[in-house]
Amino acid sequence: MSNSTPHRRIRTLDEPGKPWTFWVLLAVFVAYVLALYGPMFCIYILSFQDLRGGLVFPMKGLSVHWFVDLFTQVRTGDVKGGFQRSIVLAAMVTVLTVVGSFMAGMAFRQRFKGDTVVFYLMIGSLVAPGLVLGIGIGMLFQYFGIEAAWYSSALGAHLSWTLPFGVLVMFAVMARFDRAWEEAARDLGASSWQVIRMVVIPILAPGLVAVALFGFTLSYDEFSRSLQTSGSLNTLPLEIWSMTLNVTSPSLYALGTVTTIASFLIIGLCLGLIAYLQRRRARRVAGA
Amino acid sequence: MTIEKGDIELAGVFKRFGNFTAVDGVNLKVPDGAYCCFLGPSGCGKTTILRMIAGHEDPTEGEILIGGQNVVGMPPVQRRTAMMFQSYALFPHLSVRDNVAFALRVRGQSKQERYRAADSMLERVHITELADRLPGQLSGGQQQRVALARAAITEPKVLLLDEPLSALDEQLRIQMRTELRRMQRDLGITFIHVTHTQLEAISLADIVVVMERGKIKQAAPARDVYAQPKDRYVAEFLGGQNVLSGKVERINGETVLINAPDTEGIVVPLRDGMRPRDGAAVDIAVRRDDIRLRRPAAGAAADGWNAVNTRVLAVEYQGMYVKVILDSGSDREFVAYVPEREFFETAFSIGEIVVATWMAGQSLLLA
Repeated sequence: MSNSTPHRRIRTLDEPGKPWTFWVLLAVFVAYVLALYGPMFCIYILSFQDLRGGLVFPMKGLSVHWFVDLFTQVRTGDVKGGFQRSIVLAAMVTVLTVVGSFMAGMAFRQRFKGDTVVFYLMIGSLVAPGLVLGIGIGMLFQYFGIEAAWYSSALGAHLSWTLPFGVLVMFAVMARFDRAWEEAARDLGASSWQVIRMVVIPILAPGLVAVALFGFTLSYDEFSRSLQTSGSLNTLPLEIWSMTLNVTSPSLYALGTVTTIASFLIIGLCLGLIAYLQRRRARRVAGA
Repeated sequence: MTIEKGDIELAGVFKRFGNFTAVDGVNLKVPDGAYCCFLGPSGCGKTTILRMIAGHEDPTEGEILIGGQNVVGMPPVQRRTAMMFQSYALFPHLSVRDNVAFALRVRGQSKQERYRAADSMLERVHITELADRLPGQLSGGQQQRVALARAAITEPKVLLLDEPLSALDEQLRIQMRTELRRMQRDLGITFIHVTHTQLEAISLADIVVVMERGKIKQAAPARDVYAQPKDRYVAEFLGGQNVLSGKVERINGETVLINAPDTEGIVVPLRDGMRPRDGAAVDIAVRRDDIRLRRPAAGAAADGWNAVNTRVLAVEYQGMYVKVILDSGSDREFVAYVPEREFFETAFSIGEIVVATWMAGQSLLLA
């Protein structure tokens, strides 16, 4: 506060302090943040120990030894393969989720026969326990004599989770979409495909990126639905899980750090894309 | 065969949505280059007719001819129509220039070509300086100009406007009204304009089409619709008229004597094709600005004048005139528009007994 406003300073001093509820709520908030991020940060910090490092504090040395160990030692498990499979699977899920949600969002703008049934079936797969759903899908594949694999049965299991999510997001996005835009485009001579390409998709683009982001992250760290459906080769979350059972070195923590970085990169990429789309619009305007 | 002229003909057009009949057997001819307003309350089917002419809706029955050619089933561009949507429906992700150039883009014109055309169109509606803005950054009036330019770039023969002024505030509405009329003369094409505002319709249109529940009540030049309403609905919807009811006493050659409460009989000229029976209930209309008020003490009304004994209920100052609300004996409005100076010469007070008079020839028998 500057000297030019002494009046205000006096008033602040005169005011009674913050009510006791403020301090209680602040304590709860701090405890919550610590509980949320504390364990994660412990893992990140402990992953940077040297050869002598263990699974608990105190920190022993400072190096990237366990990161090297993670990618070179076979005994730690197939992290690289798991990572690749998870990325490819998440990418497939993302594409299918975006396409599926987009089409569902377009379809659900008007009533059609059985629309409520379809909607509740979709919500049903959202609330069904993932593990049970995964077991069901695994059994179904077995019954038909198809070998379960991360790119087939696990893909389906993931979609049962990401698609309803994506569709719900699309509903929210679609609520702000004015059908008159489509009509105006048709009125100006656009074919159905041109309407979609030149009007609908560009207007919905930020929403579609959000759906993609959802699809990717939900699939990338999906565990319960993958457990019984990914077949003989593990996705990354399954690999991490099996490592927690038999690896007792900080390379487990290093894995946590690496996957977190990967997640942040993807989120950053998506947010960057949204920002880019908005900037490009703004630039076209400023380019006058 | 391409459509060269913008005259429109609706022949026996019906539109049903399930059990609901939105348009109920409409026949209408609009000449090329006319400014035509569809006027009616919401849900009267006026927008549905507009959308059927535009090709965004197909009639359940009937034919729509533009330039003498049946266009039912044709896409909008082939009909040579263009539509200006309510709240304009400008593409929010495209600049003003790209919005205007959109129709040329879907036809596969090069960027250079279509931008040149768009820029000259923007010049015509005086918004060149806004070419690089996004629609979200424009005011209502500016958006309307963009919408107009975007529709006009396809060189339509018919421009369809769906409540084009409803998104604007009062002052701008009057300004843009003039602008629309100017654009219509400039382009020399048929305008079909849908509105629920009477003043908008009669100030703009060559032909006003008054609609009610899917049917055309009257289609005529603005002055006819206002001054010669065909029936009670048109008279009440257009406003400016008092509608009175009574029973036919007798017909005297060219006039009808009507028996109504608080009068000694009202004399109304017979109208072409109307010959009510004795004793039949009829409605008559008399323009609010044709009514003269006088005090009972001033003596009986002159010959050839109708008189109604009534009472002043309320007085509203309107600037150019004073609106005197009179007791009609029913819940119907009975109003006199008294010229401002004249009113203050006599200054009737609220509750005062007055005689409302008008020349017999100025009242109108309604269907």
